[in-house]
Amino acid sequence: MAGMTGGQLAALAGLGAFHGLNPAMGWLFAVARGLQEGSRRHTFAALPPIAAGHLASVAIVAAVVSATRSAVTGSILAIAGGVVLVAFGLWRLLSERHFRWAGMRLSPAQLAGWSFLMSSAHGAGLMLLPVLMTAPVATPMGHAMPGAVAAGGALTGLLAAGVHTAAMLAVMGLCAFVAYQFVGLSILRRAWFNIDRLWAAVLVLAGALTIAVYRP
Amino acid sequence: MARWTPDPTFYASPRDAVTAPPEKLVYVAAFDRSATRPDAIAVVDTDPGSPSYGTVVGWTDLPHLGDELHHFGWNACSSALCPTSPHPHVERRYLIVPGLRSSRIYVLDTKDDPRHPVVVKEIPAEELAGKAGYSRPHTIHCGPDGIYVSALGGGDSDGPGGIAVLDHTTFQVRGAWERDRGDQYLAYDFWWHLTRDVLVSSEWGTPSMIEDGLNPELLLGREYGHRLHFWDLAKRTLVQTVDLGDQYQMALELRPAHDPRKEYGFLGVVTSVEDLSASVWVWHRDGAGFAVTKVIDIPAEPADAADLPPALQPFGAVPPLVTDIDLSVDDRFLYVSCWGTGELKQFDVTDPFHPVETGSIHLGGITRRTKGVAGGPQMVEVSRDGRRVYVTNSLYGSWDDQFYPDGVGAWLARIDVNTESGGMTLDERFFPHGDDFRGLRVHQVRLQGGDASSDSYCFP
Repeated sequence: MAGMTGGQLAALAGLGAFHGLNPAMGWLFAVARGLQEGSRRHTFAALPPIAAGHLASVAIVAAVVSATRSAVTGSILAIAGGVVLVAFGLWRLLSERHFRWAGMRLSPAQLAGWSFLMSSAHGAGLMLLPVLMTAPVATPMGHAMPGAVAAGGALTGLLAAGVHTAAMLAVMGLCAFVAYQFVGLSILRRAWFNIDRLWAAVLVLAGALTIAVYRP
Repeated sequence: MARWTPDPTFYASPRDAVTAPPEKLVYVAAFDRSATRPDAIAVVDTDPGSPSYGTVVGWTDLPHLGDELHHFGWNACSSALCPTSPHPHVERRYLIVPGLRSSRIYVLDTKDDPRHPVVVKEIPAEELAGKAGYSRPHTIHCGPDGIYVSALGGGDSDGPGGIAVLDHTTFQVRGAWERDRGDQYLAYDFWWHLTRDVLVSSEWGTPSMIEDGLNPELLLGREYGHRLHFWDLAKRTLVQTVDLGDQYQMALELRPAHDPRKEYGFLGVVTSVEDLSASVWVWHRDGAGFAVTKVIDIPAEPADAADLPPALQPFGAVPPLVTDIDLSVDDRFLYVSCWGTGELKQFDVTDPFHPVETGSIHLGGITRRTKGVAGGPQMVEVSRDGRRVYVTNSLYGSWDDQFYPDGVGAWLARIDVNTESGGMTLDERFFPHGDDFRGLRVHQVRLQGGDASSDSYCFP
């Protein structure tokens, strides 16, 4: 796919699975809607808008990174991006602040909007940076205009976001189904370990990795 | 510091919360009416196996005078599990304690030594007024996105009262909650149907209407609050106002069903100027809006004028004065405080439209003085498992003085509940009173780990 290796695709999918696993990213909200209405249908109906919001959040970052990478010097982007990522991860790790939102009766469009904001606030797209930085740069044949190069790069980014979100949706759906159908939510108070800390640590690691593995 | 696993006092659903372990301690807001000594948070041992059971085992004086502690609440509760902005790894450790008269808000940390909470922050009246435009902070609820505080007065004016929001982490005042308040002016209690994006608020009076005591002219002029407001919790706008009728004066405590699938709740009304009766109402979904229906009437009790305080002598009767109500976490029993007649009533509200009285306990009372004490059951709190009920006896400094002019005293009672068939029994081993509270009056009690009126749930 656009020249990405199996390893890169697996990394994108793995991060997608990680995002899908996080209750804050949407499966818990989907289960809440199902329980509220007493119907599994409501749980599953909530998943596509949530995935769409996540996709939008991740795709914007991925497209910008990939497009920029095609147009400017790679080392500047790698170092600047890595530094931003480490700083954002450390802030997430040390800050006690949490996403603020009141309101649960959302239309599908609002649900996608909630998911977009939630994913963006958590830096979901940024976490993909090391993978995006090692994906091959789109190199059109002949003397293409710089704009076309950037567009090709953005397409790579969109494909990366798509692979990522497909995995995210699959895991999110599985979590929602198992929680709704079999386990119930009583387990949350024991099993919900502080995934936000792990998340922040992964962000820091991803930033460090971006700087470390970049080869001009 | 955040935790690795959710705070063990958080429960996804009221069904789970009912299985919570019994509280070992309770916190009591105590205030000095003369404002010459500091108000305090008293800590009482509620572990029946402990040698100090039923006694005051901790005491935290506050640093200022004249706060008049009243209601208070927790920094975080089960709403932290709500799915739109989950943060279940925060700790329920801070008590948010407003001074109703000083407009100052204290934050007390109960973690290191639960028996001796420590004041870790003061929010001055100027911050509440400057950032939110409010004063006289009253009810605290831990919301999904911040700490909500109702306030009776305006910042530099008598009104309108409303709701301020504090930051969950820093406790700084974020601002007024309302985006469009319509004609809402009087404020008192509020709570919500979180999963339905509905906030409900009630009405008492502005500071000038209450601070010097119950004003008979305002009461007979029917000027105290008698309306319920329904708001869009997400948009923060007023959607609907329901007027109970102006004979129903002082629409106070709001207790919505804990089950997030249900859309009804109970409201206590202090008195009717037509016959001094008190009443309990149910608000319930009615098409696109809400309707409010009276479901309990409690009549006044005739009395000799000679036995009555001057304020009541013209009426020749003791009004029940329903000043607080509380709903068990399983939404089955409603407790109704009759502060005037000195009675706590228990109703089975399995069918909220047809409450069945299942228990009654007399304590104090304006003329009865059961157990030889003054005051009456006032703020009532129910344990999460529904098996124990705690009541304190002071209403509000200047109002205590009017209805119990010979002294309201101070006591905290514990009542055991038969959760199968209903019915209540006074725990004779548990009755801290009088000097146990060092001459202060006691207004409200909060249970360690949470209670029926402090947590909200997003899952059924």
